[in-house]
Amino acid sequence: MSVAGGFSTLDRLRDFFYGLLEVRDRLREGGVKWPRPLEGVQTGTVRVKVGFPAMLKRGVIMDVTNVEQAEVAEDAGAVGVMVLDKLPYDVRKAGGVARMADLKLIEEVMAHITIPVSAKVRIGHYYEAVLLEAIGVDLIDESEVLTPVDEQHHINKWLFTVPFVNGCRELCEALRRISEGASMIRSKGEAGTGNVAEAVKHFKALYSAVEELTAAYRSGDEEKLRDYARRCQVPIELVALTARMGRLPVVTFAAGGIATPADAALMMWLGADGVFVGSGIFKSQDPRQRAEAIVLATAHWDDPETVVEAQKMVSEKSAMLGIDIRTLRPEELLQTRGV
Amino acid sequence: MKVGVVALQGDVEEHAEAFRKAAAELGIAVEVLEVKKPRQLEDVKALALTGGESTTIGILAKRAGLIEPLRKAAEGGLPTLGTCAGAVLLAKEVRDAVVGETGQPTIGVMDIAVVRNAFGRQRESFEAELEVEGFGKIRAVFIRAPAVVKAWGSAKPLAPVRHASLGLIYTAAVEGNILATAFHPELTTTAFHRRVLEMALGKA
Repeated sequence: MSVAGGFSTLDRLRDFFYGLLEVRDRLREGGVKWPRPLEGVQTGTVRVKVGFPAMLKRGVIMDVTNVEQAEVAEDAGAVGVMVLDKLPYDVRKAGGVARMADLKLIEEVMAHITIPVSAKVRIGHYYEAVLLEAIGVDLIDESEVLTPVDEQHHINKWLFTVPFVNGCRELCEALRRISEGASMIRSKGEAGTGNVAEAVKHFKALYSAVEELTAAYRSGDEEKLRDYARRCQVPIELVALTARMGRLPVVTFAAGGIATPADAALMMWLGADGVFVGSGIFKSQDPRQRAEAIVLATAHWDDPETVVEAQKMVSEKSAMLGIDIRTLRPEELLQTRGV
Repeated sequence: MKVGVVALQGDVEEHAEAFRKAAAELGIAVEVLEVKKPRQLEDVKALALTGGESTTIGILAKRAGLIEPLRKAAEGGLPTLGTCAGAVLLAKEVRDAVVGETGQPTIGVMDIAVVRNAFGRQRESFEAELEVEGFGKIRAVFIRAPAVVKAWGSAKPLAPVRHASLGLIYTAAVEGNILATAFHPELTTTAFHRRVLEMALGKA
């Protein structure tokens, strides 16, 4: 192309661009609305962090250790998966130090499924949490199932954009975690045992304490609320809010030992907003049917007919064997870690 | 008046509360029913589809035999609000931002195409000021939210927003008596529930 030809091409291009600008101005005058960027955008606000678990209610979050299990969970209707290096049952068998799962594995799971992906960090391990937030995990579980790294303190969860879930055995413990910034609470139960007894105990403890506080609140007994706040070392405002709502002020799931559809329905009946299922599914002989059945029983817990249908989908002969908690030595208990 | 919230999974209590508050503002009495089975749909005059996981709600709705009744009800003019996962269930075309085609069960009554998880993961979830035609300026909460990328037929897209990678998208849409939002009005405002109740009263 000659130099002169090159210039005429540039001239035509210039005319073309000016023509486009004219079209734009005419459309603007004609009242065509141009998309605006969003205003006042804020990530990681309390509303965003507490709103996320609200979307998980009446759902089941399943522990998985690889992509295949994650896909089974998604197909069964789980509202999320928890990526682990070892299932709690295997953590017990293996012993040693249990840590956060491989980041590569977590990323692989995130790339293959559409539902939220959670992962566990050790109690007090800020840096594992920083790493999980950096790769984009949707929810972090600061979990007693892993080996605690800080015997005194939990992570200050207010520092993070990603929401955290923490375990508790009773109300004081739950309120302490909420005051540290937890957006969601779960019962601790006794993970990896396939025995739901401890989760039941924890939920009953939780809700009998809430009922007492609510009664005190209704009768105007501020002193009792103040004493409770002092004893638990949490702000009085948090205790008052709990008393007024008659429940924990954040979404509360049941966890620890849930192995059958009936277990899940029982926990919902006791007031859980949803359930975590760990070893119960992938340590059974029928993980696919069991995962589906537990989802069904959790959603329809208040309809015994549907729970019957769910319970019939699985066989007790295929259930994980389970461990009686009374055969465990005190140092083998996971629930006593990090109070 | 009886109103329903599809209660298979998600933020059912928040929708029920939004309906109750909206009714109080309108000075009417409502009874909020949880809808988990087809026969529970019969009495309701307005309906909300919750936020939650659209795959879970879709699978449970299919299992409960609710997909067809919900489709018939919405097509028959039942005032219906779907938020986030609810909007995904109402759309005729669904795609996921990460895995593409999902093949999940949906109700598919609105002439809109949505992309799931369009804004990213929970880390990217946000709240913002949003101008929605007919509703004014509201505070909107987007949680792993979808986006409306296309509307055709009688569906009207609302609240256009410039998206970093998808370009022009919409965060809400309306088609007849069906209203879909990518965000969660139930967490911040009663405006959308009020509109659905007004539709049921024949005032909108």
